[in-house]
Amino acid sequence: MQHTAIADQPAELHDPHSFVTRYIWSQDHKVIAIQYGITAIFVGLVALVLSGLMRLQLGFPDTFDFIDPSAYLQFVTMHGMIMVIYLLTALLLGGFGNYLIPLMIGARDMVFPYLNMLSFWTYLLSVIVLLASFFVPGGPTGAGWTLYPPQAILQGTPGYDWGIILMLISLAIFIVAFTMGGLNYVTTILQARTRGMTLMRMPLTIWGIFTATVLGLLAFPALLVSAIMMLLDKVIGTSFFMPALVSLGESMDYTGGSPILFQHLFWFFGHPEVYIVALPAFGMVSDVIATHARKNIFGYRMMVWAIVAIGGLSFFVWAHHMYVSGMHPAFGFFFATTTLIIAVPTAIKVYNWVLTLWRGNIHLTVPMLFAIGFIFTFTHGGLTGLFLGNVTIDLPLSDTYFVVAHFHMVMGVSPIMVLFAAIYHWFPLISGRKLHEGLGKAHFWFTFLGTYAVYLPMHYLGFLGVPRRYFAMGGSDFIPASAETLNANITIAALIVGLSQLIFLYNVVRTLRRGEPAGHNPWGATSLEWQTPDVPPKHGNWGPELPSVHRWAYDFSVPGAEKDFIPQNQPEKAGGTGT
Amino acid sequence: MSVFRTLGEKPWLTPSGHDAVLTPVDPAAASRTALRFIMAIVGVLFFLFIITFLSRSQYPDFQALAGQPWQPFTDASRLWVNTGLLALASVALQLGLLGARRDRLNLAVAGISAGVFFSIAFLVAQMELWRYLQSLGYYMTGNPANSYFYLLTAVHGLHVMGGLIVLANVVFRVWYDDSVATLSQPLGLCTQYWHFLFAVWLVLFALLTSRAETINTLAALCGF
Ligand code: HEM
Ligand SMILES: [Cu+2]
Repeated sequence: MQHTAIADQPAELHDPHSFVTRYIWSQDHKVIAIQYGITAIFVGLVALVLSGLMRLQLGFPDTFDFIDPSAYLQFVTMHGMIMVIYLLTALLLGGFGNYLIPLMIGARDMVFPYLNMLSFWTYLLSVIVLLASFFVPGGPTGAGWTLYPPQAILQGTPGYDWGIILMLISLAIFIVAFTMGGLNYVTTILQARTRGMTLMRMPLTIWGIFTATVLGLLAFPALLVSAIMMLLDKVIGTSFFMPALVSLGESMDYTGGSPILFQHLFWFFGHPEVYIVALPAFGMVSDVIATHARKNIFGYRMMVWAIVAIGGLSFFVWAHHMYVSGMHPAFGFFFATTTLIIAVPTAIKVYNWVLTLWRGNIHLTVPMLFAIGFIFTFTHGGLTGLFLGNVTIDLPLSDTYFVVAHFHMVMGVSPIMVLFAAIYHWFPLISGRKLHEGLGKAHFWFTFLGTYAVYLPMHYLGFLGVPRRYFAMGGSDFIPASAETLNANITIAALIVGLSQLIFLYNVVRTLRRGEPAGHNPWGATSLEWQTPDVPPKHGNWGPELPSVHRWAYDFSVPGAEKDFIPQNQPEKAGGTGT
Repeated sequence: MSVFRTLGEKPWLTPSGHDAVLTPVDPAAASRTALRFIMAIVGVLFFLFIITFLSRSQYPDFQALAGQPWQPFTDASRLWVNTGLLALASVALQLGLLGARRDRLNLAVAGISAGVFFSIAFLVAQMELWRYLQSLGYYMTGNPANSYFYLLTAVHGLHVMGGLIVLANVVFRVWYDDSVATLSQPLGLCTQYWHFLFAVWLVLFALLTSRAETINTLAALCGF
């Protein structure tokens, strides 16, 4: 695709005229970003409702007739898959990636706008196929978001027929969509930066998005390979993953395939996926923290190195998800070691965020609150990750609620915290209006305290041995009756968290209708996206002339400067040098 | 290395002489970068397929397609013919590129046409190969080696088709805009992609016609 629309002459960007070309078949990265964002948030709400239903069942068993064991498993699966792929990956990269990349590097658009548009529509198709599985005979798959064969495609698992087929097809379509978008993101970052925007002057947001996209481009093929081969096992009857087995008393046609092979492929994608979600979040939270603490990010270079190092290392840890599948002890040792090594750059990042706050001029705005909340939840989830990375500790804890608590803290709640920080931070740019502070603060405290009320007790349930993906606990000796009470309390907290998201939705609707105009650069940010001539930026972003960059993105509170921030495009003489 | 030099820069020093970098965008550079990523992604895709192939080959039900006299690819002459067709496609496109670079329209048109012709001939010949295998009773589900044969050739064929679509797009746009001067750059990228697919095919060819011992050795080297 050669539709290159980044020539410096804005006239070459044919302005879209009709409503349809402007808002529907748009090739403008900002519109595509919003389309991605709305779609992702919509499916995310579906996944949120599913989690509420699961919690109702767990907190108050025997109360809800319409949730039977099969339905429960289907909810678990769809909830997990939607949250990880169709919400977080799509919103962080398709949404924020699309919106921020051209603006932050000073480009007029992505380098392949047509491909970008195609990426969104393909993503939408994948979402439709996914949601369609709720309406096919047998319902959606209930195989767990990991979709392990052989059970995923065998009778006995809910949705073993149409459900799993649609899930695999939807994933394949999603991967195509992601690849089209991802090619655009990396190429744009490498080739369309404006004059003076060296790689090391890019805001950390862009570094995070860039590295995550590269990870995605290299890791999603593993999911594609496993999806294709499993689809063939299911539909045609090949035996890539399916072992010879007897089902319901009859021996099946499968010969000796290898389910473990699927697990390797899945997690070779699955672990980098964690960082596909985490790295953009790391980047965005760094910029939010620096801006709202009016201080340069502590250790910029180290932050970049850490992002790159984490990205590289993330391809060498996948089998820590497979300790219970059994492996040679030397491999267990290897993967435990790499897992613990990855904690080093991660910890460096956490220290640097804290050190950025230290002696900063902290403004407790809503984005800042969410960013600080993220530091808590992420550290918390990271620490339990250190436990689980060790083979001997993982074996008893695997498949218990301890794991559920761990991954929700580290890759559920934490990226969501950053997403909210980012939405509150960039909303004034995207819409031209500022979200209401008071409502935002209420939203923050409900969400932050609420998620602790939900997930902290789950660690304890995990220690007790309460298994995950169970419809009901049943009568086990080792689980005391008090666990029931705890579960009921968790459910109440979860419902409150879920409902409190309505505050956010109300805030958005209210702001779009009659919010106060944000004006130009309301947070006093340095990066380029806030320096556009119009707010919100118009088609082509920069008016007649592209900005030139003269400094990095973190010149806050520079001694002797006239204001407490110097935009990246301000020439040197006018502002004094950085420190 | 320049990567390390870049990562070692100290951006907070705001050196003034440093500003003259990268003006936006040279479309040629953008497409070149994109193509590199595409080849990396497709490479990873086939790499992963091949790794699973080697791993799966170590299970007892796997029967290689070559080695014994009764196995279909012990005599690989049909595959050589197909390989020849794809090689011709690559060469033809390269000639077309030469024509476009030297502004010799006839050579360019002839090269591209021959490239498309041989690519389509390759795809047809691959399908013919499928039919041949089926006539011998080697169905997709019969044995994992068969499954891999059909799967890998199909995925490879799809990538050739994708290339044809892009090439058609390039030619159509040049024709439509009537500007032959702009042909050589995108055509160069297409040609590169064709060479890449040819290389991938050679690897697949070698793998699919290997005898059991060769496959076992490779698998052992990978630790399976
Ligand atoms: C209020 C928010 C949320 C609640 C109440 C919630 C609740 C739950 C529950 C009850 C389960 C099933 C546990 C089981 O039976 O094994 C679950 C599983 C899961 N959740 Fe969430 N969740 C929330 C948000 C998220 C988010 C934001 C993510 C994004 C990463 C996420 C990812 C997952 C995954 C990957 C699973 C595992 C699915 C599986 O076992 O196949 N959740 N969640
Ligand atoms: Cu992992």
